[in-house]
Amino acid sequence: MITESHIAKFDSISLDGGMTLAPVDVAYETYGELNAARNNAILVLHAFSGDAHAAGEDGWWDSMIGPGKGFDTDKYFVICSNVLGGCRGTSGPGSINPSTGCPYGMSFPPVTIPDMVRLQKMLIGHLGIERLLSVSGGSMGAMQAMQWAVAYPDAVASAIPIAGTARHSPQQIAFNEVGRQAIMADPDWNEGNYYGRRPPARGLSVARMVGHITYMSDASMREKFGRRLRDENQFEVESYLRYRGGQFVDRFDANSYLYITKAMDYFDLTSSGRSLSAAFENVKARFLVISFTSDWLYPSYQSLEVVRALRGRNCDVAYCELPSSYGHDAFLVNVIEQAELVRGFLASTFRERA
Amino acid sequence: MRHGGKLAVAQTFVRELLGRSDYAIIGELIEPNTRVLDLGCGEGELLAWLAANKHVDARGVEISGPKAQQAIARGVSVFHSDLEEALRDLPDQAFDYVILSQTLQETRAPLKVLQDMLRVGRRAIVAFPNFGHWRVRLAHLWTGRAPKTKLFPYDWYNSPNIHFLTVHDFEAMALAERWTVERRIFLEGARTVKLRPNLRAEVAVFLVRK
Repeated sequence: MITESHIAKFDSISLDGGMTLAPVDVAYETYGELNAARNNAILVLHAFSGDAHAAGEDGWWDSMIGPGKGFDTDKYFVICSNVLGGCRGTSGPGSINPSTGCPYGMSFPPVTIPDMVRLQKMLIGHLGIERLLSVSGGSMGAMQAMQWAVAYPDAVASAIPIAGTARHSPQQIAFNEVGRQAIMADPDWNEGNYYGRRPPARGLSVARMVGHITYMSDASMREKFGRRLRDENQFEVESYLRYRGGQFVDRFDANSYLYITKAMDYFDLTSSGRSLSAAFENVKARFLVISFTSDWLYPSYQSLEVVRALRGRNCDVAYCELPSSYGHDAFLVNVIEQAELVRGFLASTFRERA
Repeated sequence: MRHGGKLAVAQTFVRELLGRSDYAIIGELIEPNTRVLDLGCGEGELLAWLAANKHVDARGVEISGPKAQQAIARGVSVFHSDLEEALRDLPDQAFDYVILSQTLQETRAPLKVLQDMLRVGRRAIVAFPNFGHWRVRLAHLWTGRAPKTKLFPYDWYNSPNIHFLTVHDFEAMALAERWTVERRIFLEGARTVKLRPNLRAEVAVFLVRK
């Protein structure tokens, strides 16, 4: 599948923190065709380190999106955009601040998951779509999917949050903080002013190594690496983590790492003292919630908490815990069963609710 | 609640005892355009049929992961969970009908399950194998052992069934709980029986409300 990246430009967006970002760009890709009734659009939401390139060669969810796949592009119009605060075409700390002519760095305003979703809503309007057939994503993408259903109940027919949570646990926040501290401890970080100079590659690489450990499981690491040695000085697993860490530096901005992980940590549907059930008060979307047995970073109990709150409001929810040994990565790897669930759920949603 | 033999027993019942005749009976009991919850819905065949033919808002609960997956892949909204836990989450009177087919005898606390069903639903449809059937009685009498029949095909040590009840037992419970039995249908194979159901019915289907 040949894909093309687009940029939508908006004058400004107001943010949860009270600030306004102006102007703002959104990088996005689309796959399949929007039908005449404009009721077959699905917004796919990327996880922490993803981007707008969801399908096609090297697309992060290519196994799920395409002709005949879970998100069948013969039937649906699939959209994916890079999140606000990102570094893959959408405005973020690496973008140029028009008032200074220099990259924002740490002067970029703090962004939240609801801010990211607000920008996506602007993009959907720009594309001439009033109501999405579905919003779907794993991990941070699941947070965005839930936020969509809560913030724009009339604009989504269904939501498919996978391996997600309504709020980070202290353990999830803790791992993110290790990553942030690794970046900020690197002298090349320089308070975020490193554009045009040497970036904090060592810090960012260590941050990514920690991340990768949390995305796998004990079983998947044993299976993948065992105790095999790469050479006399390093284990396979060490070599792998260093390789992935180094690779990440080439495609990701350290300041975006800080901003986006903070957005995830602060996301909390139960903030301002409301219960999760109260948060879902106005939800109209139908839900398919999926979790994975070996995911210890976003354990099933977090998905179940969401499912229980929705069921308590008598919302239409399907939930399944899929068996997998891949840990949190399962939503990107373990796609055959996941695709079957998504395909059936989307077909009945399109039939009954489009 | 359910053990290793659950899958086998559910399949046996759907195939041999219920098949399309069970769909027809439950289909007849259920009014169109209602809200239906099926507890232990398996692969969602009945719910998919009700959604397509009776335009019901169909939801299910299924403890087996592979079956829940099949049901969701069929487009039915199924919650992968233990049914006793699943009932707890739901608000009062959220459904018009709550179905429990061939599972009552496997639940830990049958009365609590039925009370919960009538809390979340206006009506309960309960189908169960009748332990009072003459073959069960004869098997027990002749062998002097825990009865094994077509309806109850397990050895006592690997049976998913932990409570055994007859048509009369259910009627007595309904009376004690002051439930109204709106319909009672007794099946012997695919045929309905009217006379002496406690002896002749293999499966009893009750439509009950508070």
